[in-house]
Amino acid sequence: MTDLARRKLKVATTSLAGCFGCHMSLLDIDERLFPLLERIEFDRSPLTDIKHCGPCDIGIIEGGICNAENVHVLREFRANCKILVAMGACAVTGGLPAQRNHLDLGLCLQEVYLTDPGVAQGMIPNDPELPLPLDKVHPLHEVVKVDYFIPGCPPSGDAIWKFLTDLIEGRTPKLGHGLIHYD
Amino acid sequence: MNERPSFLLDGAEVPFEPGQTVMQAALAAGRYIPHLCYHPEFTPHGSCKLCTARVNGRLMAACTTPAESATEVDSETEELNDLRRTLVQMLFAEGNHFCPSCEKSGNCVLQALGYDLGVMTAGFRHFFPDRPVDASHPEILLDFNRCILCELCVRAAREVDGKHVFSLAGRGLGKHLIVNAESGRLADTEVKINDKAVEVCPVGVILRKRIGFATPIGARRYDESPISAQALADAPRPLERSHD
Repeated sequence: MTDLARRKLKVATTSLAGCFGCHMSLLDIDERLFPLLERIEFDRSPLTDIKHCGPCDIGIIEGGICNAENVHVLREFRANCKILVAMGACAVTGGLPAQRNHLDLGLCLQEVYLTDPGVAQGMIPNDPELPLPLDKVHPLHEVVKVDYFIPGCPPSGDAIWKFLTDLIEGRTPKLGHGLIHYD
Repeated sequence: MNERPSFLLDGAEVPFEPGQTVMQAALAAGRYIPHLCYHPEFTPHGSCKLCTARVNGRLMAACTTPAESATEVDSETEELNDLRRTLVQMLFAEGNHFCPSCEKSGNCVLQALGYDLGVMTAGFRHFFPDRPVDASHPEILLDFNRCILCELCVRAAREVDGKHVFSLAGRGLGKHLIVNAESGRLADTEVKINDKAVEVCPVGVILRKRIGFATPIGARRYDESPISAQALADAPRPLERSHD
């Protein structure tokens, strides 16, 4: 811990099958970002635009796993981060994107791109640059080991702050009444 | 000059009336044992096992175990709360409990138990079962995705409403809630909007239509205080018996 206390912790964040709402909630800690930035520095994150993460102390992931690229990014985080955190309902449970799980993926694509009028020019997108969708949407813990979970859609800024300060100070993160929410 | 009989709950004495269960005596004495399918107004069902306690060393459901003198009951232990968390996790993994879009959120007993026990993830692989909703009734929505098979609606219909509307069918993983109508649709049953069975659902399966968000998220029952506090506030407290 003394080593951790001396240097800034490296933190990487990313959004996979999420809506960036959890990142907005992270920014909702407002002026507390300043004391936070005295203790941490961001590696890969939408906030830095660094594209790949190096060795990090904490990786925070928003969103579940809905396509092949999500799996690669998640594995990159797991390989580089000592502590991996699933942030928000989608990362923890699959969330909104997982509401397609009881439907056939082919029929979903057909409904959106072929049956429903107005989207694309009557074809299912097939550019090789596009990551292939997975048959089902998965929460993170079904693909890699996840160390901590922050539920909520999104978790409140206060919940994220409580979690991060607990973790940085070396306490077991604990969200009490009013901070733990699944909705 | 009979002493009231009592047992020990987590080391402290809990008095009871003969015929009370461990759960009834504990709640009446202001002591909380986590529970889900137990409801003070209905016959105990003993199926969710959330109230499992060690009674003289054996794991027993507190809601169905008769209180007995000179027994030692342990409930508030790390071991038991770990088991309770696992039970809640399995219920979340088994159904489709998508809290962000559920109008019961904030009033849901399963969710409130998860909060109070500190369940941060379902942990297991989610089943994502396919369970179409029944919106046939003009006033009541039936969303099977959230059913936890507690049978509270079955008991309430039978014991209070005096009707046979709901039942559980199938076994094991195939167990599910059904309604008593040839068509299988709620609209063709005897259910009425003011039935106890409609009111009692602890999760978001049986919902009154058109009042979903009358109380906004954030101003709901379990936003006020945790379920452990509310269960005690609600518990039937017999007036202190005068000494014989």
